Amino acid sequence: MQPLQGLSVLLLMQALGEGLARLFALPLPGPVVGMALLLLALRWPWVQNRVAEVAMFLLSHLSLLFVPVGVGVVSYMSLLQNHGWRMLLVLVLSTWLGLLTTALTLRVLLPAHPETKSHE
Amino acid sequence: MNDFVELWVYLSSTPLFGLTATLTVYVLASAVYQSVALAPWANPVLWSVLVLSGLLLATDVAYPTYFSGAQFIHFLLGPAVVAMAWPLWTRRAALRQHGLAFGAAALVGGAVAAASAGLLAQWLELPSDVVRSLIPKSMTAPVAMGVAEQIGGVPALAALAAVITGMVGGLSATYWFAWLGLRTSDRDWMIRGFAIGTAAHGIGAARATQLNADAGAYAGLALGLQVLLGAVLLPWLLR
Repeated sequence: MQPLQGLSVLLLMQALGEGLARLFALPLPGPVVGMALLLLALRWPWVQNRVAEVAMFLLSHLSLLFVPVGVGVVSYMSLLQNHGWRMLLVLVLSTWLGLLTTALTLRVLLPAHPETKSHE
Repeated sequence: MNDFVELWVYLSSTPLFGLTATLTVYVLASAVYQSVALAPWANPVLWSVLVLSGLLLATDVAYPTYFSGAQFIHFLLGPAVVAMAWPLWTRRAALRQHGLAFGAAALVGGAVAAASAGLLAQWLELPSDVVRSLIPKSMTAPVAMGVAEQIGGVPALAALAAVITGMVGGLSATYWFAWLGLRTSDRDWMIRGFAIGTAAHGIGAARATQLNADAGAYAGLALGLQVLLGAVLLPWLLR
């Protein structure tokens, strides 16, 4: 039952998030508001116990969830024929720049031997 | 032969086709990925997308027909974004301790990725709606779609850009980290995980999780931060 209850919690938070985002015309996608709401709700052990398993399951198979959108490439064949290589160049270079600047910023700012073990 | 063609025409038009094909191809691609010791080039998202796109083009199945089944998988992206609260919560001690460093890295990395994508795309004279679809690419697909819509991009194209970004990160991060001289200390796994989560969102985080549990958790933390920061700041800056 716990994973099902956990999934209900996730869906409820998403629904609440969508509702709040729409109601107050927030510049945020509903699921992001849902994520913030869940973060607040996680201080209750009841929520923690329900959500842990299903959250880990969803996040460990996250890459599968991107496949349907990725296959959408077939709908953009003509756009890609015109702009494909330039778009790919933009995506590759900007991803590399983002990766390197994030890693370098952290390398400068993190203490030499941080306490990483904060498992609970 | 005719019976077979009729059967195919029938089956390929039901939602069962898209769902079954997506899951089966992904499971096979993951098995190959495992069998080559998680080599970056064998990225299961990349190969699943290539195989399924090829299948659709070869068999003349329209994307909406495929998506009528695949949407059941796609739908889970929403709850998955909500679930990203979990890695943030479990790492809250580290977040509190290194909050400044993480916040600065997320801001710098996110800003550099978004700005370089926008400027490069403009410099290469891509149409303006394409440019605006490429800018939110560091956020995970469903959020990139929402943000693209708000800043005048095309949601489906933004999702595609996000997926390609994730694949680029998943494929290449290992080499760049080696180039930077990052090793396998706790601190270096933290940096690797956080960087790949920032630049390559969920697909990068999936790759990090497979290599090292700590790196995966920090990647989850990073992509949660990226989603929060990007979803607030980008529409505000670009509207």
